[in-house]
Amino acid sequence: MRFFAGLLCLVWISLPALSQDAKKEIQKYQQMIAEGSPVELFELGGEELWKKPQGPNQVSLEKCDLGLGAGVLKGAYARLPRYFKDAGRVMDLETRLLHCMSTLQGRSVEEATKRVFGNENQPSEMEYLSAFIAARSRGAKIAPGTSHPKEKEAYALGKALFFHRTGGWDMSCASCHGEEGKRIRMQDLPVLHKPEHARPVVATWPAYRVSNSQFKTMQWRLNDCYRQMRYPEPNYASDTTIALTTFLAVTAAGETYRGPGTKR
Amino acid sequence: MAAGPMKMRATLAGSNTAGVYTEVRVLMTHPMTTAQMKEGLHHIRNIVVKQNGKPVVEAEISQAVSRNPVFSFRLKGGAKGDKIEVSWVDNKGESNSIETAVA
Repeated sequence: MRFFAGLLCLVWISLPALSQDAKKEIQKYQQMIAEGSPVELFELGGEELWKKPQGPNQVSLEKCDLGLGAGVLKGAYARLPRYFKDAGRVMDLETRLLHCMSTLQGRSVEEATKRVFGNENQPSEMEYLSAFIAARSRGAKIAPGTSHPKEKEAYALGKALFFHRTGGWDMSCASCHGEEGKRIRMQDLPVLHKPEHARPVVATWPAYRVSNSQFKTMQWRLNDCYRQMRYPEPNYASDTTIALTTFLAVTAAGETYRGPGTKR
Repeated sequence: MAAGPMKMRATLAGSNTAGVYTEVRVLMTHPMTTAQMKEGLHHIRNIVVKQNGKPVVEAEISQAVSRNPVFSFRLKGGAKGDKIEVSWVDNKGESNSIETAVA
């Protein structure tokens, strides 16, 4: 009996030590994948699409105004979501791209959103473009719009949605992302309404996922959260996802953007 | 889409006292599917790294390597402006290559 008690004690002591080691190993792994990330290949693909004449008007997206002026890419992603006067609403990157595709290229929203989430064999146009544009904000401070009434409205809606429990399982974003120390398998879940947790997340999305060799957009990330909560998935470029993106970006404001990231 | 874009960076590292080396990092677009997948076996078979036209690394790669692989090599010596060329050939005979000057 005493022997067993001693053994138990040993196990008890070694457990926290082991999880520390495991954490270190995970960090090492994360650093390795960040250094050898295929993100740059997606950037190249996105640049090609940005410059490619498409749609009935046969023009490229190069004149698209992402908020800092027509065709200005440097630092533009870090300033999104923001209010766009020409559209009368707050827009995130993907929504703005969709807007440019319809206004500049003359494409219908149905056609442009037919395939927004790709797979490993054929990534989508939005995925390529997100990689290219987000990368042009590397080193820029995250500073989404916060002054316009519509921007304030989007933030407030995003915050409310974050804590709003509903759906078949009565879950909210905060059910998983509202308390410290939670994880899904080996993934630590960030407490996304706290700036110190939101910063590294917003600073590294969109991202390449090593486990399935795909580049994922922010819209996909939110849609997948909704799917996991057993909600109906939100429409592409809907006010819901823009509001949540605004809430997260504003919470992370001030952080230096260093994406597109590389995730497990 | 096997012959998608490649990207390479080659930089001079180390010090004069401890010896300089050329650090090469190259990204390749390739599906790298195994025989068990429905796409069938399709993987990069050979990689050649050339320094100023002279082969310095010849590698045989199997299906065990991930999709869109990244390789990095440390080549002894070198100087700024050296021409580094990396090429690959896969098991279906497709190939691609990229060239850059050491920065």
